Amino acid sequence: MSRIVSTHGWTLGLAGLLALLLVATKVIQPDFGISGLDSLARAALPFALATVGMAIVVIAGGIDLSIAAMMAVASVTGAVLMAGATDGQSVGVVAFVLLVGLGMGAINGALIVLTRVPDIVVTLAMLFVWQGVALLILNAPGGAAAPWLRDLIVGGVTLPGIPSSLTAWLPKGVVFLAVCVAVIWLPILRSKLGLMFYAIGSDHLAAFRSGVPVGRTRIAAYAVCGLFAALGGLSVTMSTGIGEPIPGPYLLASVAAVVLGGVVLGGGRGGLIGPILAVFVLRLVRMDLTLMSVDPNVTTIIEGSIMVVVVMFGAVLANRGRTT
Amino acid sequence: MTDVAANPPVLRRLGRLMTDNPLLPLVVLLLLLVGVLAILNPAIISGFWFSNTIKIAIPLAMLAACQTLTMLTGGIDLSAGTVATITAFVAATLSPMVGVPAAVAVALGCAVLVGLANGFGVAIARVHPLIMTLGTALIANGCLLVYQRFVIATGVKIPDFLVWLGTGRSLGLPNSLVVFIPFAVLIIWAQRRTGFGRLLYAVGSNEAAARLSGVRVWQVHFTLYALSSVIAGLTGLLYLGQIKTASLSLALPLDLPSVAAAVVGGTSIFGGRGGYGGTILGALILTVLTTMLTLLQMPEGGRRILFGLIILAVTAIYIRLTDRS
Amino acid sequence: MTDQTSTPVLDAKGVAKRFGAVVALHDASLQVAKGQIVALMGANGAGKSTFVKILTGALKADAGHVRIKGRDSTVGSPAAAKKWGLVPVYQEPSLIPDLDVADNLRLGDTPVEPFRHWVDELGITDLRLDRMIGRLPLATLRVLDLARALAASPDVLLLDEMTAALPTDLVDRVLRVVREQADAGRSVIYISHRFAEIAALCDRATVLRDGATVGDLPITPGVEDRVVEMMLGNLTSAVANRARSAAPDRSTAVPPRLQVTGLKVGTRLSDVSLELHRGEVLGVVALEGQGQDELFDVLAGQRRATSGDVRVDGQPVSFHHPADAIAAGLTFVPGDRAHALLMARSVRENIAIPLLARPRDWGAVPMREEARRVASAIDRLQIDTRAQGEVRRLSGGNQQKVTIARWIAKGVQTLLLFDPTRGIDIRTKRQIYALVRDLADQGAAVLYYTSELAEIPLACDRALVIFNGRVTGIVEAADADEPTLMRLAYGLAGTSPEVVA
Repeated sequence: MSRIVSTHGWTLGLAGLLALLLVATKVIQPDFGISGLDSLARAALPFALATVGMAIVVIAGGIDLSIAAMMAVASVTGAVLMAGATDGQSVGVVAFVLLVGLGMGAINGALIVLTRVPDIVVTLAMLFVWQGVALLILNAPGGAAAPWLRDLIVGGVTLPGIPSSLTAWLPKGVVFLAVCVAVIWLPILRSKLGLMFYAIGSDHLAAFRSGVPVGRTRIAAYAVCGLFAALGGLSVTMSTGIGEPIPGPYLLASVAAVVLGGVVLGGGRGGLIGPILAVFVLRLVRMDLTLMSVDPNVTTIIEGSIMVVVVMFGAVLANRGRTT
Repeated sequence: MTDVAANPPVLRRLGRLMTDNPLLPLVVLLLLLVGVLAILNPAIISGFWFSNTIKIAIPLAMLAACQTLTMLTGGIDLSAGTVATITAFVAATLSPMVGVPAAVAVALGCAVLVGLANGFGVAIARVHPLIMTLGTALIANGCLLVYQRFVIATGVKIPDFLVWLGTGRSLGLPNSLVVFIPFAVLIIWAQRRTGFGRLLYAVGSNEAAARLSGVRVWQVHFTLYALSSVIAGLTGLLYLGQIKTASLSLALPLDLPSVAAAVVGGTSIFGGRGGYGGTILGALILTVLTTMLTLLQMPEGGRRILFGLIILAVTAIYIRLTDRS
Repeated sequence: MTDQTSTPVLDAKGVAKRFGAVVALHDASLQVAKGQIVALMGANGAGKSTFVKILTGALKADAGHVRIKGRDSTVGSPAAAKKWGLVPVYQEPSLIPDLDVADNLRLGDTPVEPFRHWVDELGITDLRLDRMIGRLPLATLRVLDLARALAASPDVLLLDEMTAALPTDLVDRVLRVVREQADAGRSVIYISHRFAEIAALCDRATVLRDGATVGDLPITPGVEDRVVEMMLGNLTSAVANRARSAAPDRSTAVPPRLQVTGLKVGTRLSDVSLELHRGEVLGVVALEGQGQDELFDVLAGQRRATSGDVRVDGQPVSFHHPADAIAAGLTFVPGDRAHALLMARSVRENIAIPLLARPRDWGAVPMREEARRVASAIDRLQIDTRAQGEVRRLSGGNQQKVTIARWIAKGVQTLLLFDPTRGIDIRTKRQIYALVRDLADQGAAVLYYTSELAEIPLACDRALVIFNGRVTGIVEAADADEPTLMRLAYGLAGTSPEVVA
């Protein structure tokens, strides 16, 4: 309970920042409205899912550098299998892709636990492996996405019986994200597994002494991260309609959003709401720069600099936390 | 774990052999690969092939010097490929405008800037080198794209001496050896016989002990990452002469192999062990391996998987053999 | 109250454990009957902590057996130990700092109501279950740890230095609750350095020395002397008299080489003052965790003092980095060789690092000069370098010599040695005593912490004894017999046995 309270300030600050940025967007682009929100949500979706996955392993005291590559594997697997599939078959494909994600994450975690090689090295090596796997499945963007999947995240929410003008402002992308997080993360957080994630991230010796199976818990955290990476990869395919074998810039962006969202690198502290808000803040900064017709490459530089500064700030905070 | 317990003497002896003569198994592996290649396609082995293999391996070996030196302290420099690319691109595009010497100087200046940023992040903010160098690579790449829009009309000139170095041959050997041999000798000498080189090993094998001995570790890190970028910049110039086109992704394909070359060459990714001699052999091994994979028509994806697994397997075996966890 | 005839609840016999070449335990035994409180005692390095780890399943014994309620224990982890009815409270809190109290209870499947009951009983009435563990004071955490253990209704409760961080009023409550537990038929293993508590609480004391159980006595008034005697072992170990070539110059005319006044560091070190002169070896004696680590860390530039004054040659100093301490001539050899050595590097590289530390030394290494210095240091310390190559292939004694040789090669003014002879062979120990004396005779000042009391008269001129963060005595080498040092180290003042309880 007090965990929520203590991170409340930071999260509220982020929410305020997001609101400010939305107002700024409206000022820069007076006709920014429903469609703008919708494209923002869709652009942010893969980042948000990657960030959620990353936040979970970071909370459990690890890091997963292979997250963008796992997303690529999920994206191409989905796109290749869905090309020419019926709606019914594509449901099976989605389930399969999610299983693949869970499996990739579990492999990462198991390799870390079994080889005793540090997480950062294992996931760096696996970054290359998953990249290679994605290229083997599909060596150029291609494949297809089932239309119903695209409908899941495009446009505003419509509910039967309620005038669409009341609900249309809420992008389906946001609802999709909320549902994914609610269905997967909330039960974990409520169960002992969630506590164990925080426990091994906070102090793994104390966790061991409290009876937590540290190795298995770590593997579970990576598996859940893989699951979210798969959802992120699927969301890329859903919004573009094709599979993308070259990993996007999700690794650094997710680490930056995790840090900006109040999750301490090193583990044990923070939640998922902060990082998700941070993703939208970072996306909105990019969108505003684009709206101000800043060169997209300059936008990349500014965005990259923000991320690096955020990560540096996070490292300084984490070091201070360790020495006091 | 069980097999370690079952026959420890054999493994321990093997581990000791590998730590005492780290280059021996590498030479054997290299000869083995060449042998397999000769069986696969006897026609391929020739004087020209040897010279060509050396030529291709040199930029890789130079970029792998960045990884070797940073890995000695337990770090890594993932911005090396980007820095090489930037240096090459800036040198090629500025040469028509300001002349070759000035262009090369500016290009190397850009490399140093990235290096200083890395140094600041790693040494002072204490960000993990992997994240830091990845971040600066991203920013630097953005800068390159912006820069490219300004110089898009000015044309490209590859300095003649770089072309001579990159593609020329004398006495059947590639001219790039003129740069590489002194470079390799200097690095190998520096890692063993200079205070800075020794401190790289000291910081990498036990940072606390280095601190206790009075080493201010941040000074070492800062200098190291700046130096690494300079080396990457030099590699970019040499590679420009070899490829002879200024592309925005020139040296990026060398990024991953440069890490793999250092790891295969016996440099521990945890720091404190290894050296540049092994890395040179590692670069040759990877070059020969790439030829072989091309011969076997292994797709790019398969190659990446293989490189990733090699890094993981070598590191895991290393941990087993030396039991340092 | 106690029932000695029935099967003991916990019965460990002949437990042995070795780590590589080091024998930590060779014949440790412990019997605890139902309703009994047994003190487990032993000097530093007697093997207590290894024994505790074996009992609680954190380590596996090489030989011997541990029976709980008559059955062979298969405890393999703290979780399994709990199922067997054995619940330990470790010296370091084992609660998760980033979770609140309620979540910590949930994590260990601790029922909340009994926990609340015990927390109240132990005197903390205002605890809210949504408080974050990391924000609670250490004393509260110890109490929560104990309450959590009690809530599991264990058959055997193992308390490791339970009262070390507690204020007096809480200590009294803890002791009362533990006594009540025993009266209710539970068994307790009580580990403590505090004789007063043991006398007040325990029924028996089991004494470990050099990895074996050497005694098992009922607690009676005046038993402290017997226990101290047992912990020390055979007192006839002859103290070889050494000839001192020159008495250290402790005149007031010259400021002392090192002067520490009213030093306070964190919560461990409360108030320590000392003077160390050129040509002097000042021993430091303390039980584990009495603040000696903090003292050495501050002098070595590893940690900042909370308050107090440190002077070198009369000049006040404040170190931010070990390099500052080294520049002032204070060189530190840490207790754990793994912290000081580059295990995978050569002897030469290990010895030469301080010579290369400053950026001005980063250029070409003057190989001849270095070789000369290293060779003379190796020679002086008689390091056996036959095992060429990595330092980790050397014996422990030779490794320790390398850590000292580093500063000999650099030139010694003030040497801070932290337990330099721990776990090394007797021959090397003697060489180290001789070296320390030799250095002092040449004008160096040496601060020498040791966990082996017998070393004080062999190597030191005086000894400073610290207990609970404060100096409890300064003893001249001639008077520094082991019982005196031991009594001071346990905070038992004076030479006459003090009757406690």
